[in-house]
Amino acid sequence: MKGLNDKSSAKRKRTFENFVHGIFLILGLVTVACVLLISIYLIVSGIPAIRQIGLINFLFGKKWEPTAATPAFGILPFILTSIYGTAGAIILGVPIGFLASVYLAKAAKPKLRAFAESAVSLLAGIPSVVYGLVGMLILVPGIRNVFNLADGASLLAAIIVLAIMILPSIIKVSMTALEAVPKEYEDASLALGATAEETWFRVSVPAAKSGIAAAVVLGIGRAIGEAMAVMMVAGNVANMPSLFQSVRFLTTGIASGMSYAPEGLQRQALFSIALVLFLFIMMINAALNFFLKRGKAKS
Amino acid sequence: MKNTTFKRLLVKILAAVTAISCFAAVGCNSKDDKVTGTVATDGSTSMAKVIGALGEAFMQANDGIKFTYNPTGSGSGITAVSEGRCDIGLSSRALKAEETDKGLVGTVLAYDGIAIIVHPDNTIADIDIETLAKVYKGEITNWSELGGADGEIVLIGREPNSGTRDGFESITDTEDACKYRQELTSTGDVIAAVASNPNAIGYASLSALKDTVKALTVDGIAPTEATVKDGSYKVQRPFVLVTKKDVKLSDAAQKFFDYITSEDAVTIINNAGAVAAK
Repeated sequence: MKGLNDKSSAKRKRTFENFVHGIFLILGLVTVACVLLISIYLIVSGIPAIRQIGLINFLFGKKWEPTAATPAFGILPFILTSIYGTAGAIILGVPIGFLASVYLAKAAKPKLRAFAESAVSLLAGIPSVVYGLVGMLILVPGIRNVFNLADGASLLAAIIVLAIMILPSIIKVSMTALEAVPKEYEDASLALGATAEETWFRVSVPAAKSGIAAAVVLGIGRAIGEAMAVMMVAGNVANMPSLFQSVRFLTTGIASGMSYAPEGLQRQALFSIALVLFLFIMMINAALNFFLKRGKAKS
Repeated sequence: MKNTTFKRLLVKILAAVTAISCFAAVGCNSKDDKVTGTVATDGSTSMAKVIGALGEAFMQANDGIKFTYNPTGSGSGITAVSEGRCDIGLSSRALKAEETDKGLVGTVLAYDGIAIIVHPDNTIADIDIETLAKVYKGEITNWSELGGADGEIVLIGREPNSGTRDGFESITDTEDACKYRQELTSTGDVIAAVASNPNAIGYASLSALKDTVKALTVDGIAPTEATVKDGSYKVQRPFVLVTKKDVKLSDAAQKFFDYITSEDAVTIINNAGAVAAK
């Protein structure tokens, strides 16, 4: 009798576990389904325009004139602007972010560190439209005056705003990586007579390099995907990129076109831009996974 | 056992649903000729102020009708009404031939002047349409050529497909020829950009004009409601209500349409900065 009871309770337990397992599986699949849905939707809605325009004309055309009498749909200016803008933000932002993270993780006094850390978190929490607004009202006129230009809305303004926006992700992720370096490594280096600075840059940083690389890739991802802040400071004219010219990014090309574009090729072309941007982000994610995996395999 | 509990529950739910729908039906019947429902409008962001004021006044006079306005842009509004996603589409440009061919009808609600704006420190006060076109086409590039102080003219405009840009370019005959330095996505951004640059020139809805910028006179005529209405101020465009020819509006939408095109609405439209067509 007792044995029978035990058996049925074990069975019930298993059923319950299976049930819970099922729920978690469904919740997990929701995320996967969203990604799949978005990918499929982008591909399906992005392909027709590329077919109609021609892949070469679309990717390497230098003119974007969707409303002209003979419309041109070349997104090379957008692609190059996105690449230059992101590269510029990385060139400006990575040294600052990297050195700041080394300082905060290794050298800063606890009080200062706590203060700086909360400031960095706050910087990460500021909405991008606020970055854009401050950029528009302070940075753009500032660039006009400093460089004596006719107008300050330019690639440079966008690069500066992006560089500031990617700082928090770079600093935070690099700090985590630097803090994960085993203390024995540093102790050993110090015991061998290296100075503190030598230890940080010759021992800690190399040990944390996959994490720092991941931080940089994360920053690239943030910079290339940003639309709102950039739209407010870059001027949004589809010029080929140059530092002091008004430029349009892949993201702002979509965002500024979508609200007004009529149905038809013009709207479809915006989805094609989104598809190109999506491929860029996929590549960046693949790079991120690569760095993170390499870090894991090592440790 | 379990099964019967479930059945009972089901019966209860069904009973409740029936009861509620009965109530609802009675509720409708008791109000007989009073129109209820929703009026959905969708389109031009430039019309926000005008249509918002009209919607508010309309809802005050007719409780039971809900008014909604979705500021998406003229192009989107026209698409929305042709796809049946809204009752009335709002366009800040006249309908194109291919749009009327698709069975859409435009009714002019009001006229909007497009003000040509410069920085308050700019010494230029007047411009004519031909010169304006030359400036925007990049044939005149320095303020000194217009008698102003030396400085490169910075052209601020809107993104392609914007109703204001379409209006401005069709009036000045500069379609696809403007050499913009900045293409911004809202009237507010244009005003902010012009206000922050002494060499800038831009265009914006008369109703959105602010003191931070100076509006130029065109052919000696200042952009005001009076000059827009009598047609003497040349840079102006219509605010159009877009409906489908072969589809009857819902009672609520028809009531709204009649109201905003009536004499009663004239003051509201004028107070909102546009010039009523009536």
